[in-house]
Amino acid sequence: MFGLSARDTRFLLIVIALTLLTPILLQPFPEGSSLAQFNAGYPDLMQKFAIFGIFAIGFNILFGLTGYLSFGHAAFLGVGSYTVVWMYKLLGYNVLPGLLLSVVISAAFALLIGFISLRRSGIYFSILTLAFAQMSYNLAYSVLTPITNGETGLQVYASDPQILAGSGAPTSPHLFGLVMRNSAQVDLGGWVFTFNVGYYFCAVMAILAFYISLRIFRSPFGMMLRAIKTNQTRMNYTGLNSRPYTLAAFVISGMYAGLAGGLLAAMDPLAGAERMQWTASGEVVLMTILGGAGTLMGPVLGAGFIKYFENIFSKINDGILHGWFAFLPDGLEDFIVACFHPFVGKGWHLTLGILFMLVVIFLPGGLVEGMQRIWRLVRRRKSGGPKRKDPEHRPTAAPHMAE
Amino acid sequence: MGILEVKGVNKRFGGLQALGDVNLSVAENTVHAIIGPNGAGKSTLLNCLVGKLIPDTGSVMFDGQSVLGRKPHEINQLGISRVFQTPEIFGDLTVLENVLIPCFAKRDGAFRMHAFETVAHERDIVARAEQMLDDVNMLDKAGMQASSLSRGDKRRLEMAMCLVQEPKLLLLDEPTAGMARADTNNTIDLLKDIKATRNITMAIIEHDMHVVFSLADRITVLAQGTPLVEDVPEKIKGHPKVQEAYLGQAH
Ligand SMILES: Nc1ncnc2c1ncn2[C@@H]1O[C@H](COP(=O)(O)OP(=O)(O)OP(=O)(O)O)[C@@H](O)[C@H]1O
Ligand SMILES: [Mg+2]
Repeated sequence: MFGLSARDTRFLLIVIALTLLTPILLQPFPEGSSLAQFNAGYPDLMQKFAIFGIFAIGFNILFGLTGYLSFGHAAFLGVGSYTVVWMYKLLGYNVLPGLLLSVVISAAFALLIGFISLRRSGIYFSILTLAFAQMSYNLAYSVLTPITNGETGLQVYASDPQILAGSGAPTSPHLFGLVMRNSAQVDLGGWVFTFNVGYYFCAVMAILAFYISLRIFRSPFGMMLRAIKTNQTRMNYTGLNSRPYTLAAFVISGMYAGLAGGLLAAMDPLAGAERMQWTASGEVVLMTILGGAGTLMGPVLGAGFIKYFENIFSKINDGILHGWFAFLPDGLEDFIVACFHPFVGKGWHLTLGILFMLVVIFLPGGLVEGMQRIWRLVRRRKSGGPKRKDPEHRPTAAPHMAE
Repeated sequence: MGILEVKGVNKRFGGLQALGDVNLSVAENTVHAIIGPNGAGKSTLLNCLVGKLIPDTGSVMFDGQSVLGRKPHEINQLGISRVFQTPEIFGDLTVLENVLIPCFAKRDGAFRMHAFETVAHERDIVARAEQMLDDVNMLDKAGMQASSLSRGDKRRLEMAMCLVQEPKLLLLDEPTAGMARADTNNTIDLLKDIKATRNITMAIIEHDMHVVFSLADRITVLAQGTPLVEDVPEKIKGHPKVQEAYLGQAH
């Protein structure tokens, strides 16, 4: 189905199901219970999961497949956001024109930056992309203030033309009347689920983004990109010009980033220069590596993981810790809380950093590799005892590019 | 007129004359060996043919077209494939994918945006790649990761990747250098097999005289960047100049 093998179709259907059920799956704890703060099923956070998932899926097409590590992809994120807000100002709050244009403009922008940066490879390529992104960031703050509104950030004012907005049109981002920030809440015996229009819009986009990436992974084009990562010399002596392949991958990933940036502004009609800063570029690198670069699901997992930490772990403070360990004798309670203290609340960066190091050292294939190992362990248990130890040292089969 | 015509090629590296006035003609459907002591300029000559190096003067004509100033991928598209001294393969990809890539390169040219096609749906190309793997007795390894192959199998795979493009000229730079005995024999058998079953033009650089004399139709002896003699193997064996070049090097 959809031009996919049976196995990939199943994979895609699972992804679709998980994405659509996210508002339920991320609310495992009843409201008011002590674990409720680990629930992540609120619209703002779920939108971020989907949007940064898109960002990372696109980044993975460049970095995961070709191995070219860009440190400047946040620039496209910013371009996408600015484009959408401008379309709000000029045309009205319908998100569609802005999103379409954000993809087109970020593609043009990526073509320019990629054309120049891809003359170098390795660390020089990374530095060039970083330089371009920082340049964009600084321009957005200074020279380009008429377009970006500088430090204040770009937003919609009552005096803006909004020529397509009729008198009864919604006054916040919407898709043909479907207002993004509208939600339906369902209370099921203590469990509260929020079904938000914006999230479902992002989810559909994310599924589309994932499907396209799946097709690219299975295409001759995707195979060429992986070939570039492995051996460019052989590539060239096989009659293939690697430059247009890497440029195409760069532009595609730039379009994904532009869409993600556009969606950020589609959820919250603001755009600021800080979205283009190098820390934002670094974040998508971390997401991709943490989840598993070059795998299909890895970047999405990584994005979810980091956004979860950023939003959930950072909210755990000493008061909450005391609540958890109240059953312990006072001295011990204080001691344990003191032990946990550096890792939660403002210390969430520390936890994430340690986690990242552990993954890079012990799971070079990222969280996806971790999941595959667990899965294999479970299956081996089921089939009875460890398999024999390969006495002939048979060469291993290549890992499949799925999961 | 040979399919490959090298005329008056010179190449200097700083003060070193790596190639001095090299003339070489390779006739179609023959195996032409280039031998010579270490540092004679054999690899340099080969690099001038595939676009890795540009000669200072002289001309290199292939199939009626000049190769000078063309990039390696353009020269490959003209019909020259190359096997490297250490096998260059796509280590992270499967053996089958390694052979699929040259098939796509041959059909689609240097670049094509086939992002919405599916490799598995390209039945003709997959069949052709599998046939090629079968020809070199590697079909049972099609699903393996290429980097896990033995040295001899990597060479075999690289050869398959070149052959599947049906090049008009196959260049080989010391295909058996640094190989274990078994892998060397394995490679020689493959080369003999290729020569026997395909109409192919080969230029081969080789140190192993046994390999050279059992394969080559003609031999060029290169010393200090200049061809000393060019002749059929029987004549080369006892040639005084050749003895001199090798012995002069040996002490
Ligand atoms: N890129 C380079 N820069 C400078 N000198 C070079 C370069 N490549 C080769 N040379 C020199 O040119 C001469 C010819 O080298 P080449 O590699 O062509 O010899 P060869 O016949 O292939 O030798 P071998 O049998 O050892 O492979 C050598 O003296 C070598 O040091
Ligand atoms: Mg050499």
